[in-house]
Amino acid sequence: MNKPIEPNSFRTGPDEQGMFGMFGGRFVAETLMPLILDLEKEWDKAKTDPAFKAELSALSTFYAGRPSKLYFAEGLTKHLGGAKVYFKREDLNHTGSHKINNCLGQILLAKRMGKKRIIAETGAGQHGVASATVSARFGYPCVVYMGATDVERQMPNVFRMKLLGAEVRPVSAGHGTLKDAMNEALRDWVTNVEDTYYLIGTAAGPHPYPEMVRDFQSVIGSEARAQILEQEGRLPDLVIAAVGGGSNAIGMFHPFLDDRGVRIVGIEAGGRGLQGVEHCASMNAGRPGVLHGNRTYLLQNEDGQILDGHSISAGLDYPGVGPEHSWLRDSGRVEYVPILDDEALEAFQLTTKVEGIIPALESAHAVAHAMKVAPKMAKDQIVIVNLSGRGDKDVHTVAKMMGMEI
Amino acid sequence: MTTRIDRRFAKLRAEGRPALVTYFMGGDPDYATSLSIMKALPKAGSDVIELGMPFSDPMADGPAIQAAGLRALKAGQTLAKTLAMAAEFRKGDDETPIVMMGYYNPIYIYGVERFLADARAAGVDGLIVVDLPPEMDGELCIPAVEAGINFIRLATPTTDDRRLPKVLENTSGFVYYVSMTGITGAALADTAKVEEAVKRIKGHTGLPVCVGFGVKTAEQARAIGASADGVVVGTAIVNAVANALGPDGKAAADPAEAVSALVDGLARGVRAARLQPAS
Repeated sequence: MNKPIEPNSFRTGPDEQGMFGMFGGRFVAETLMPLILDLEKEWDKAKTDPAFKAELSALSTFYAGRPSKLYFAEGLTKHLGGAKVYFKREDLNHTGSHKINNCLGQILLAKRMGKKRIIAETGAGQHGVASATVSARFGYPCVVYMGATDVERQMPNVFRMKLLGAEVRPVSAGHGTLKDAMNEALRDWVTNVEDTYYLIGTAAGPHPYPEMVRDFQSVIGSEARAQILEQEGRLPDLVIAAVGGGSNAIGMFHPFLDDRGVRIVGIEAGGRGLQGVEHCASMNAGRPGVLHGNRTYLLQNEDGQILDGHSISAGLDYPGVGPEHSWLRDSGRVEYVPILDDEALEAFQLTTKVEGIIPALESAHAVAHAMKVAPKMAKDQIVIVNLSGRGDKDVHTVAKMMGMEI
Repeated sequence: MTTRIDRRFAKLRAEGRPALVTYFMGGDPDYATSLSIMKALPKAGSDVIELGMPFSDPMADGPAIQAAGLRALKAGQTLAKTLAMAAEFRKGDDETPIVMMGYYNPIYIYGVERFLADARAAGVDGLIVVDLPPEMDGELCIPAVEAGINFIRLATPTTDDRRLPKVLENTSGFVYYVSMTGITGAALADTAKVEEAVKRIKGHTGLPVCVGFGVKTAEQARAIGASADGVVVGTAIVNAVANALGPDGKAAADPAEAVSALVDGLARGVRAARLQPAS
């Protein structure tokens, strides 16, 4: 593929059609179009409305616990013996991951739009928990669609959602993972379009979702950028985040995109290796296609049928990726590299041992890349890893992988 | 330029009855059986054929059509084979319009230009692509119209008078009115409401308006056909195929016969639609 001409800024997208270059768009059924146009209008008003900003900011501070800390991971840095590694501690947010940032923003939009019911899809359950949480807080009934396989491997989160009053509907189509949950959520939305707000958890889907989710998540990168300037007096050399659909990553990356000296790397789920189909590295092993309302890199066969993929991490187990990532990949601004299940597992254990932090398996993929590159970097160089969530939800999966019974 | 679709609706208008539009899934349960179903449709009274293109992630379809698509894919159906099926059908029938219906990604991967050339060569007359709203007309709709293939748009209860002109702008062949917000195969909407919606759409276009989503019986076909120019039946046909399969997924009874029996009844329904005044 030809490389497009380098833009003056990497932060101006999407265009009016919701496109990031050739990616993004609004590939949805006609039933949803009027609603998506309404949502875009409401979002355009809200993002410049001081009252909306003030309400979101107050909730972020007093309810979610922002700003999250930028923590110097001294133990890991010593262990690796190279660059200084910092963790952006999204795991310390209320509900245990970055997902709350987006849910708070969108629930306020749902309220502005007068919607009566919330639906969401979830993979690892982190977005489901965050959706159930804001629904409880604002008094909405909430239905969460979750792949049946994910319901099995993320039982603690399923229970949390139920406690929070949400209804969890397992989806057994396909491999029973995030893709299938999203199909089912879209079917619900098409059916209940009048009163239902679809709270998409990742920076994908039809325009304006990719932009909106990015903007709600960009608080991560904005804070991290200010914090590293405050703590180190300079910008980092490298920023790393894991990419499933890509919401934590785009939130971390976006504020750094025009800092050309900062190298940015997104980590895809390499699963059991890219040679077969047991991975979810859509940008390394897929090609552009159209699914779930947007054009983006997808894992698919030569007939355009979508593949299921695999990852040890339920949050990365998605055959697509947010369209802005696809554009950043093709433009060359961000590199996307795979990390294997085993490498993530090793990072999970190491982080736990030397930092006393149990990271989510998704975040462990990002740590694993730091483990590879930090030792080769100079001691005065700086790496920021987005620790997007905590790993309590993953202990069952990890125990199984280690051959242990809980 | 007129297509088989235009000619068929003109003929039916002269006969004073609505069209029976039948959807089936290409390649379900396998290529050969599916082709025999397709060939049986006009004989049983179908006026327009919607040939389903299977897709792994049919976001606007209910369980019946989802399952049919998966059966077809499992049996090895591809877009190339669905096109081949249309071409094979055309050898024996040069009049019944074929509308290919499905989702965009397989077409996008096949290549829009190549797809349109092959579809035209196969004798395909129209396309319904669920996930291409007018906002994305540059992708396939405009090239299709330029290639002489009708692009048939879905209008829904959420398509209000403000939006209708945009939806109708590049539509040709007919308008497919989806009688409710929802996925395929759900319950039928109130016929009075459907009648009102058809009138509303006809106020914006001279194109025939066909109504679908939820029509399963001859009686429903008759009731909807009283006001609409065509009645679309999909899930009921797909279910007739599914019911003819044994536990191993192979045809136990003859699916083409089962579909014929159903379509024959539906055809009687649409033929009776205008015999009495619409209630």
